[in-house]
Amino acid sequence: MSTVTHPAPAEHGHSPFLQHHFREMKQQFDAAKIGMWLFLVTEVLLFGGLFVGYGLMHARHPEAFMAAHHHLDKVMGATNTIVLLVSSFTMVMAVWSAQTSRRKLCILFLILTLLCAGTFMVIKYFEYSHKFHEGLLPGKYYTHHGDTVPGQFMFFSFYFMMTGLHGIHVLLGMAAILWILARTIRGDFSSEYYAPVDITGLYWHLVDLIWIYLFPLMYLIS
Amino acid sequence: MSEAITHNGIGHAAHHADYLEDPKGLWSWLTTLDHKRIGLMYLWSVLTFFLAGGIFALLIRLELLTPKQTIMTAEQYNRVFTLHGTIMVFLVIIPAIPAALGNFVLPLLLGAKDVAFPRLNLASLYVYWTGALMALSTLLLGGVDTGWTFYTPYSTTTGGGVTMMVLAAFTLGFSSIFTGVNFITTIHKLRAPGMGWFEMPLFCWGMYSTALIQVLATPVLGITLLLLVMERVLGVGIFDPQLGGDPVLFQHFFWFYSHPAVYIMILPGMAVISEIIPTFSKKTIFGYKAIAFSSVAIALLGFLVWAHHMFVAGMSLFAGAIFSFLTFFIAIPSAIKVFNWIATMWRGSISLEAPMLYAMAFLLIFTIGGLTGLFLAALSTDVHLHDTYFVVSHFHYVMAGTSLFALLAGIHYWWPKMFGRMYSNKLAPLACALVFIGFNATFLPQFVLGSRGMPRRYYNYLPQFQDLHVASTVGSWILAAGLFLAAAYLLASFRGPKNAPANPWGGRTLEWETTSPPTTHNFEGQPVLQHGPYDYRANPAPVGVHEHSH
Repeated sequence: MSTVTHPAPAEHGHSPFLQHHFREMKQQFDAAKIGMWLFLVTEVLLFGGLFVGYGLMHARHPEAFMAAHHHLDKVMGATNTIVLLVSSFTMVMAVWSAQTSRRKLCILFLILTLLCAGTFMVIKYFEYSHKFHEGLLPGKYYTHHGDTVPGQFMFFSFYFMMTGLHGIHVLLGMAAILWILARTIRGDFSSEYYAPVDITGLYWHLVDLIWIYLFPLMYLIS
Repeated sequence: MSEAITHNGIGHAAHHADYLEDPKGLWSWLTTLDHKRIGLMYLWSVLTFFLAGGIFALLIRLELLTPKQTIMTAEQYNRVFTLHGTIMVFLVIIPAIPAALGNFVLPLLLGAKDVAFPRLNLASLYVYWTGALMALSTLLLGGVDTGWTFYTPYSTTTGGGVTMMVLAAFTLGFSSIFTGVNFITTIHKLRAPGMGWFEMPLFCWGMYSTALIQVLATPVLGITLLLLVMERVLGVGIFDPQLGGDPVLFQHFFWFYSHPAVYIMILPGMAVISEIIPTFSKKTIFGYKAIAFSSVAIALLGFLVWAHHMFVAGMSLFAGAIFSFLTFFIAIPSAIKVFNWIATMWRGSISLEAPMLYAMAFLLIFTIGGLTGLFLAALSTDVHLHDTYFVVSHFHYVMAGTSLFALLAGIHYWWPKMFGRMYSNKLAPLACALVFIGFNATFLPQFVLGSRGMPRRYYNYLPQFQDLHVASTVGSWILAAGLFLAAAYLLASFRGPKNAPANPWGGRTLEWETTSPPTTHNFEGQPVLQHGPYDYRANPAPVGVHEHSH
C-alpha cells in the first residue's frame, strides 16, 4: 500500500459519517456490506424466476427458440459483453482508489465506468430499434413475417423481459454511480469512509454478472 | 417525563423525553427514523386494514347464513372474498408482527439504538402505504374476482383491476424485503456487547428466520407477479396454454413464494410466544437451542414443500409422494416448539395475566391447525379434502388464528412499553375468552363442512350444510365482539395516566431495562449483557448499564 492522504482516525474520534446508532465505522461498514449482499441475493432470485421460466419454455419449444435467436446480432451482443467486463474492471479500480484515498483517480474511474455503461445502453438502443422495426416484439405484438418455425414470439417475450429488466438495472446502476461521483467530487470518501463506493461496486458487478449469463442464453443457443 | 424510574439500583437521569413526545407534531412522525415510531405507524396501519379485512370476513359469513343469495350476488361475493384474502395476507398478517411489533421490539431486545438501516425502514413503511393504496384502488377499477392466489388462466382472462392488484402485491413485496434485509443485518451487527447468538432472546431467532424467508422467497413472488402482469399486458405466453405456455407453472412459482410466506406469518407468532411463556412462568425457557434451531429449520424446510398445494393439479405421483413426505417432516420442528413451551410452563409459577392468556390460546389454536395439516399433507385424504372448507378452516387456524392470538398476546405484552400505560386487567380475560370461543365456533364447523364435501369459494350451497354454516356465522359475530372489546379497553388506557413501570411483568430481556415508554435512543448509554434472557434464578447478576462517553 502506498500513500494514504488521510491520517488514521483517532480511536474515539467520530467520523462525521458515523450514524448515531453505530458504535464505530467498522460496524457501520460491515452492516452496509451485509445489507448489500442480501439485496444482491434478492436480485439473483428475481432474475432466477425468469431464468427458470426461460429454461422451461426453451425446453418446450427448442426449434422456435433456435430459429428466433438468429435474429439477434452476435457482434453487438459480444461487444456489449466486453464493454461491461471493462466497466467491472474500472469499477474495481474506482473502489480501490476510494479505499486508498485517491480522490482524482476515483473520479476518473467512475467516469470511465459511466462511459462504459452509457455505451452499453446505446448499443442496446440500436439492437432494440432494429427489433422494433422488424416486428420482433414480445407476445401479441409480434408481427414479423416469413417465419418458417411458429411460436418465435415466446423467445422475444423472454428476450425483452430479461434484457429489459437488466437494462433497468443498468440505468439504476448509472444513477448510483452518478451519485457516488458527486460525493467523490465533494470529497466525502477516504480510507476511513468509502462504504457507498464499495457497495455500489458490488451492485455493479452483479449487473455485469447477470449479463454474462444473459449473453450466451440469448445470443449463443446451439 | 416527570419522574425518574429507578430499578436494579441504577438511577435514570430524566433528561430525555420519551419517544412519543419528543419531537412533537405529525411531520416529525412522517419523517422519523426512529424504529419505535415506524413500528407504531405500522401497527396502526395494520390494525386499520385488519378492521377492513374483518368487515369483509363478516360480510362473507353473513352471505353464507342461508343456502341461497342472502346479501350479495355471486360476482360481489367473489370480489369480497378476494379483497378479504388479499388485504389479510399482504396488508395485515405478513407485516403485522415483523414490521409492527418486530420493528418496535427487536432493537430494544438487542440493546441497540435502532435498526441497521433506519432510512430503509421508513422507506419500507412508505412502500407499504403505496401498495395499500394501489390495492384499495382496485375497488374503483371494477374489483378483483380471482381470489388472493391469482391462478392462471382465469387471472389472465378476467376483467377488473387484476393488473393493479397484482402490482400492489408486487409493491408490498418490496416493503417486506426491506424489513427482512434490515432485520438480518441488525441481528448480525447490532447486538449489545456480550450478547452472543445464543444469548439473544428467542424473539430475535424468530425474526431472523422470518427475515430469511422474506429475503429469499419474496423476489420469486415479485417476478411471478410481473410475469402475470406481462401476460395480461403483452400476452407473453408463458402461463397461457393456447400460446404454448403452462398455467401450472404459475402455481409452482406462486407457491414457491407463498408457501414459505405462510411461515412468514407463523414464525413471528412463535417468536412472540417464546418471549411471553417464560416471563409469565417465571422460569428459564426449556430447550433454548431446540426452539432457536427449529425456527431456522422451519424457514429452510418451508422452501421444499410448496407443491403440496398442487396435489390435484396434475403432478406425478412420485413428486407428490416426495412433497407429502417433506410436508410431514415440517411437523417435527413445529412440535418441538410446542413441547418446549409446555415444558417451560411445567412447574413454573404461572401468572395468568392477559398476554399469557392469549399465548395459551395460541398454543391450542396452533395445535389444532398443525394437526389438521397432516390430513392435507397425506396424498389420499388431500384428494378428498382439496378445495373444501376443511382447507379453509385449516389455513385459518394456522395463518389467521395463530397470527391473531400472537399479535394480541404481543400487543398486550408490550403495550405498557409502547405507550407507558396499563390497560384494564378485568376485561382482558373476557375479551380473550370471546375471541377464543368465537374463533373456534367459526372454524371448527368448517372442518366438518369440508369433510362432508362443502367446496370453498361458493356463495350458495346445499341445504344440508346450513346448520353448520349458521354456527360458523354466529361464531364470527362472537369473534368480532371479543375483538371490539379488546380494542375498547386497550384504547381506553389512553385516558389513564402514563404510569406503567419499566418492567410490569418481571421480564428479564433488555427492553424491560429501559423506561416505559423508552427515550428516543432507547437506553441511557450502551447496555452490556450480564445474564441470559430468561434467567429467573434467585439472585442473578444485575444488568449493568454504563454511560458511554459521547
